[in-house]
Amino acid sequence: MNAKRKKLLYNSVTFGIVILAFLLCNAFYGEMSRSLRGQLIPICCWIVMAVSLNLVVGISGELSLGHAGFMSLGAFSGIVVSGWLLNGFGMENETLRLILAIVAGGLVSGVFGVLIGIPVLRLRGDYLAIVTLAFGEIIRNVMNCVYASVEGQSLSLGFLNPNLPGKLLLNGPNGAVSVGKIATFTAGFLLVLGTLIVVLNLINSRIGRAIMATRDNRIAAESVGINVTKYKMIAFVTAAVLAGMAGALYGLNYSTLIPGKFKFDQSINVLVFVVLGGIGNTLGSVLSATVLTMLPELLREFSDYRMLVYAVLLIAMMLITNTPASRAFFNNLKGLFRRKELHQAVRASQAPQETGKGGKQG
Amino acid sequence: MVFLSNLVNGISLGSIYAVIALGYTMVYGIAKMLNFAHGDVIMVGAYVAFCAMQYWGFPPLLALLAAMAVCTVLGITIESLAYRPLRQAASLAVLITAIGMSYLLQNLALLIWGANPKSFPSGALALPTLNLFGGRLTISGVTLLSILANLAIMLALTTFISRTKMGKAMRCVSEDRGAAELMGINVNLTISVTFAIGSALAAVAGVLLCSAYPVLMPTTGSMPGIKAFTAAVFGGIGSIPGAMIGGILLGVIEILGKAYISTELGDAIVFAVLIIVLLFRPTGLLGKPIREKV
Amino acid sequence: MSEIIRKRNANTKMVPVPSQSIIPERDIDKMPVLECKHLGIDFGGLTAVEDFNLIIGKTEIAGLIGPNGAGKTTVFNLLTKVYEPTRGSAMINGIDMHGMDTVAASRHGIARTFQNIRLFSNMTVEENVRIGLHNQVRYSMASGILRLPSYWKKEKQQHEKALELLSIFGMQDMGDVQAGSLPYGAQRRLEIVRALATNPSLLLLDEPAAGMNPHETQELMDNIIRIRDQFQIAVMLIEHDMNLVMGICEGICVLNYGKIIAKGTAEEIQRNPVVIEAYLGKQNGKNGGKEAAEA
Repeated sequence: MNAKRKKLLYNSVTFGIVILAFLLCNAFYGEMSRSLRGQLIPICCWIVMAVSLNLVVGISGELSLGHAGFMSLGAFSGIVVSGWLLNGFGMENETLRLILAIVAGGLVSGVFGVLIGIPVLRLRGDYLAIVTLAFGEIIRNVMNCVYASVEGQSLSLGFLNPNLPGKLLLNGPNGAVSVGKIATFTAGFLLVLGTLIVVLNLINSRIGRAIMATRDNRIAAESVGINVTKYKMIAFVTAAVLAGMAGALYGLNYSTLIPGKFKFDQSINVLVFVVLGGIGNTLGSVLSATVLTMLPELLREFSDYRMLVYAVLLIAMMLITNTPASRAFFNNLKGLFRRKELHQAVRASQAPQETGKGGKQG
Repeated sequence: MVFLSNLVNGISLGSIYAVIALGYTMVYGIAKMLNFAHGDVIMVGAYVAFCAMQYWGFPPLLALLAAMAVCTVLGITIESLAYRPLRQAASLAVLITAIGMSYLLQNLALLIWGANPKSFPSGALALPTLNLFGGRLTISGVTLLSILANLAIMLALTTFISRTKMGKAMRCVSEDRGAAELMGINVNLTISVTFAIGSALAAVAGVLLCSAYPVLMPTTGSMPGIKAFTAAVFGGIGSIPGAMIGGILLGVIEILGKAYISTELGDAIVFAVLIIVLLFRPTGLLGKPIREKV
Repeated sequence: MSEIIRKRNANTKMVPVPSQSIIPERDIDKMPVLECKHLGIDFGGLTAVEDFNLIIGKTEIAGLIGPNGAGKTTVFNLLTKVYEPTRGSAMINGIDMHGMDTVAASRHGIARTFQNIRLFSNMTVEENVRIGLHNQVRYSMASGILRLPSYWKKEKQQHEKALELLSIFGMQDMGDVQAGSLPYGAQRRLEIVRALATNPSLLLLDEPAAGMNPHETQELMDNIIRIRDQFQIAVMLIEHDMNLVMGICEGICVLNYGKIIAKGTAEEIQRNPVVIEAYLGKQNGKNGGKEAAEA
């Protein structure tokens, strides 16, 4: 099987699983327990978070520890836009409001993605990771000081200043109160689908190859004319936009939401999904986000030990995939198949040249 | 006078950061990895000291020694089990492992000691308070102790690194691990000793931290840990005097920022310092630049 | 007044303006692909390259030789803008390279391979070449995500172009093989193909024959000449294998301690006493030294 076919199969399986899962959920919606039903929308949000973080960690190869910050930006801007449209313009149509709120969440998060990306992507490795963590914490800190209210059609924003006219939408550390719960599972499914289309198509395009080139060998990528910062930026901002959209959907699924919800722990949570799904593996991110979000709900006993188990899995996963001994083991498994392929190709390529040479000498 | 007392508080907090940052900077300088779990070793140290004093009735000094012993063993164990197999791996994998280790320690602490905050016996050290300017400026015993401890540790470490054979080995491993190995230096042992020293310092920092801010929870160490890393970067990663200067400056910036800008934004200010330093002087105040080989 | 002026002039250090260079006769009415004037770089207090003057003709195969640590790879790094020169200037196709970065250097036609191979080893052979084609066959990000017709057209074009380039070295059937699992010689060849994909006017090869057996080296020599003829480009190569250098290089430049100690044709270089001394004095037993001495 050639590389192109493999990719096609992989993408088809990914989309197939997601669509099938959506249909099954709709068909058995009546039989689901209440808590499971309540999990459907968050699952969609976490899938989008995991797939988008995977774009940064797996495809562009930079560890981002502030992904929850973008979700937070998206969530609160989505909530503000939704509240503004409802209270200021009397827009009753929930679907339209949801769409606009998600778009707004993505835009705000994307703008901040650019602003944060410019300084962050000048750094490398550990420093880059720690600065994304710093930005995530700054966002949380700053969100604690933001107030927003709507009066008539005008929206007022306040920083460290809760004395705003009209109906308060954001209340600093107390976050958003009496949010209209307008998120729907269908919207979540469509967002997941859209995310997969964007991410998978991006990976299998000229842009995606350039991003992977910057990950695999920065110096070589530059030498063939690839602007490393630009392509890392594309990955970073795309992920920020997607996280913002997921955040907006997430925020509009609860009646109250505080900025403290998007702590560093949430960024790590998403990182756990990515790592356990296999770094760089989009389908893996989808599956692990789904399973790991549902598990604490299904197994009450598990939720006490959840973070402990995650921590152990994180370490185990890294030790298994990165130590020379285990690598050699997996390469041997793969090699049985691959080496044959390689030898055939090498032999095929050498044959005509050899005869060509003989002809010249003769 | 308010400013002066803020300044003293800043220096006190900064001294604690500096002790933590020393551990960070040694590990980063020699093992070339960001030991994300360092902050949680501090928490473990504080819990051990707490248990020693509260339940077993140890005197403070003995409790401190017990905490240092436990943390040293913990540090060496973490290094040999989780980090050593990844010596050759990409920094992404090492950092993720370290984050995993941080969460592992936090959640083990949660299981052992519970989520309820313990109040650290602050009076345990029973140090005299210094009153200056007719009682208008008071400097607590813990503050003085932190500053003195910090100075002593820095002097001891500098001497150790520059005078002893192990110190020389550490400098070699830091410069070029491969060459050090070829010269017959036991790299594994050297890195283990580095972790041992860093973790013992973490225990000291934990006791100092909880004496000054007597609330002890499983997450107590993580935020000071990250801030201390900021301090280490600020001073120049790998540099021992740098860690001290960076720590104290950061402590002062944090306290003054909280006092004069906004209490809510204290952490944001600290992280903004990190970002600004990394962008404009990535090698920190006292660090040396590194050139990538093509 | 006049006294001050005289003093200033007395302090001026005078240097010879471009020392003599040679290019192939066939290239004399074309603009030289590369023109370096007084190029130099210091690392701290160490002068790695000094007063590097060189002109390379439009279709010349030039050699850059010299003992280890002479500064050969540093010259490549200066030309590809990995380092910004401390002094002097370089012109690619008549355009001053001052202020360019690596990406701009690539866009203006400089492509290179690396001494220690730098492939995208987790990707397939074809993907490696496609990445080289990044700036040659372009379509927008939106087109890629939405799979617009231009995406399909350009992807097909990339595929065909990649196979065509791979066929130079007879590697067209290895497109799906992971680059990192190729044999060493094939990895070096793939790096050349990737560099060619960027449509260069000057191809810099850093020890292309390192680790190759005599048979492979022979083939490589044929291929370098073929590439030059087919693409009408200039090639500059660093190599320790004197058979290869003396066999295919038209103009040769010898570097020692960061300075050019000789320039000329293969014959001239082999006879040059300064070169013989540099090689024999430093690297007694080496192949290159013997070659130079025998000549």
